[in-house]
Amino acid sequence: MNLTLYVWRQKNPGEKGRMNCYDAGNITADMSFLEMLDVVNEELVKKRIEPIAFDHDCREGICGACSQVINGIAHGPEAATTVCQLHMRRFTDGDAIYIEPWRSRAFPVIKDLIVDRSALDRLIQAGGYVSVSTGGAPEANATLLPKEEAEEAMDAAECIGCGACVAACPNSSAMLFVSAKIAHLASLPQGRVESASRVRSMVEAMDRQGFGSCSNHYECQAVCPKGVDVKNIARMNREYMKALFKAMG
Amino acid sequence: MILDGKIPAGPLPEKWDRHRREMKLVNPANKQKFSIIVVGTGLAGASAAASLAELGYRVDAFCYQDSARRAHSIAAQGGINAAKNYPNDGDTVHRLFHDTIKGGDFRSREANVYRLAQISNQIIDQCVAQGVPFAREYSGLLANRSFGGAQVSRTFFARGQTGQQLLLGAYQALSRQVHLGNVKLFQRTEMLELALVDGIARGIVVRDLVTGEIRAHSADAVILATGGYSNLFNLSTNAMGCNVTAAFRAFQKGAYFANPCFTQIHPTCIPATGEWQSKLTLMSESLRNDGRVWVPLKRDDRRSPELIPDNERDYYLERKYPSFGNLAPRDISSRAAKEVCDAGRGVGASGQAVYLDFSASIERFGEGLIRERYGNLFEMYEKITGENAYRAPMRIYPAPHYTMGGLWVDYNLMSNIPGLFVLGEANFSDHGANRLGASALMQGLADGYFIIPYTIADYLAGITPGLVESSHEAFRKAVEDAGERTRKLLSIRGKKTIHDFHRELGEIMWNYCGMARNEKGLKKALELIPDLREEFWRDVSVPGGAEELNQSLEKAGRVADFLEFAETVCHDALHRNESCGGHFREEFQTGEGEACRDDENFSYVAAWEFRGNGAKPELHKEPLLYDNVRQSVRSYK
Repeated sequence: MNLTLYVWRQKNPGEKGRMNCYDAGNITADMSFLEMLDVVNEELVKKRIEPIAFDHDCREGICGACSQVINGIAHGPEAATTVCQLHMRRFTDGDAIYIEPWRSRAFPVIKDLIVDRSALDRLIQAGGYVSVSTGGAPEANATLLPKEEAEEAMDAAECIGCGACVAACPNSSAMLFVSAKIAHLASLPQGRVESASRVRSMVEAMDRQGFGSCSNHYECQAVCPKGVDVKNIARMNREYMKALFKAMG
Repeated sequence: MILDGKIPAGPLPEKWDRHRREMKLVNPANKQKFSIIVVGTGLAGASAAASLAELGYRVDAFCYQDSARRAHSIAAQGGINAAKNYPNDGDTVHRLFHDTIKGGDFRSREANVYRLAQISNQIIDQCVAQGVPFAREYSGLLANRSFGGAQVSRTFFARGQTGQQLLLGAYQALSRQVHLGNVKLFQRTEMLELALVDGIARGIVVRDLVTGEIRAHSADAVILATGGYSNLFNLSTNAMGCNVTAAFRAFQKGAYFANPCFTQIHPTCIPATGEWQSKLTLMSESLRNDGRVWVPLKRDDRRSPELIPDNERDYYLERKYPSFGNLAPRDISSRAAKEVCDAGRGVGASGQAVYLDFSASIERFGEGLIRERYGNLFEMYEKITGENAYRAPMRIYPAPHYTMGGLWVDYNLMSNIPGLFVLGEANFSDHGANRLGASALMQGLADGYFIIPYTIADYLAGITPGLVESSHEAFRKAVEDAGERTRKLLSIRGKKTIHDFHRELGEIMWNYCGMARNEKGLKKALELIPDLREEFWRDVSVPGGAEELNQSLEKAGRVADFLEFAETVCHDALHRNESCGGHFREEFQTGEGEACRDDENFSYVAAWEFRGNGAKPELHKEPLLYDNVRQSVRSYK
């Protein structure tokens, strides 16, 4: 198939970007979206045009590096699918495709489709862990954990940290990302000990890093490639309220 | 030269304990005087950086990804082994040790592997304490599954995302240390040079991938945890950025490279479909618990699979290896797939695939249970191929996946360069000529959490901290070298793309140094590689500039290093006149096509010393002595 691409090009954070138009010819249905971009880039290099920069690594939907808004949707038209797992059989000959970077105040553009997502790392650094040092852990089976709770923790822990939730949110909120970590750890006996301090410091960090608030649009859930549920946000709010009461004594 | 692995004396089960008792310690108050560089933030790197920082050392951690959480350990699917024996099916530390040694075709060190098996249980405890959500039984206890090369159920897992969950555990431990100010984290930063002062590792030179700045970092010790080199084959299951650069720079600076020809071709990957293919996707080995592998009995049988009756199918793994069946180890399964495809019995459009069929299990257990066990893998398969594997069998084919070879290290995980430690897939230490499934995660975390914190102290206790600063002459030279290389790559402005070269190199390596190798082919590869390299440096086109984010430049540097490194792999494969594990030399096989190992002549680690670009490296040997296991013929029949 032959496609027309409109791609966000921006040389560096300081320069103004714009949408450029490129032809993508000889694209087959078996290609992944990123392989289609590889083919386009190979042609650009041969024409001595600088290739389109985009983040990608594992190309199997788990590292969370890929991050493109395709036709207005973070990660593109297929539900529960990262850009790298999106395949061209979803498109038809003659389609025009618009490709943009994640848009958020907290994610400044570095170049073309690449943004700086280190704010997400800083959220985890603020408390997204169990404060256990190496060594001295008790026997793993000493603490029982009902299967249902383990599954719940795992559902939340599936988050790949891609940031699509932020990109899709009209407020650039990172609530789904943060709540997934809060819920993952709060579902486990090992994580419960620090629940109150964790939720407070992560929520504060969220404001500090320039993310907005949640106003229940649920766009985040709609684009999440791992199907992380907005009920985690409710859980986080509950944990946060509990923490506030606890702080008040 | 005969290399000394510095294996502690004493009976095998007591070596590690005794060694820990005898190693020197660094006083708690003195630890913060020492700085340590950790390159790579996968399981080995992140766990090492976090654990060392917890102890009080000053740690600088580096990764090329935009976040430490994205290192390629994240993609490991199936699980992590430990000798907990929770299912009461006869597992012991000794059995895990023995399975791993045997799985590695008797080409790994007894003492290292035994230590790995001992530590395995602690890893599970540690990860559970961190909040890793391993699968549970209804009782609330941890669940186990089976994996290739073992007859016990010892694999712990978190759905099909075990690597992700373990890595997030390590990443979160690392994040905690970043928050506490004990670790400085440098993301989007790639190591380009190792800096030595008087033969001792004193730091690294890196390129900031956003600004293009090339700069030096000094430290009292350098740890490389930079993963494997499967992307040498171009198409592999590795992430696009995985590379050999850090390890190769260390090799060029004098670190020995051990057993580079021991590469693992994973049997269950989604087959390639076209020339534009950028990577191959692994389907977890755990699928072989419930999937049956088969091809048609007849050549060129083009009927669709459901039209081929059972008696016209060849379940070749069950037929050839009745006791292990579909759970035969990776090297054996991969080679068997190649054999049937070479015989014209492969399936799919290319004829380069075999079926992995779940119909019998679905009939027996119901689709629900299969979905619960492998749902995400079936989804991934459908996303990539557009086919529903609950209805029709998967098509799979082997693909490069893991490299057992790596920088040579002694029992302390230190290379022959003092102060340079190598962990995880980047070293050669534990898997011999073939790695068993669910053992990579175990090794990465054993190295990082539970070995390096002890052994590095023994080294640091013997040196004075902070002797060398990054303003030292050696760093200036290393920065210059890295800058010069970058300028050279950008100045060629040739006609062929970087990808053209990578693809051609991959084809050479896959055809002549892949699943089956022979003398003629390897000699051919050794002729082709230098020509391709010469052409690369004459005709490659690397767009963009040096002082900016330039992904083409990054890739060019990595491919350039693969082009240098490839010959070392071929030299190693050519010199090893035997078949063992992932290294199958066609000249050395039994009448039934099984590998013929030559223990008399090749029971050693081949450690290669760099002798200049394009020159043949020099071979050093570390003899492998087996006091506790018999070097039997590895049979899975």
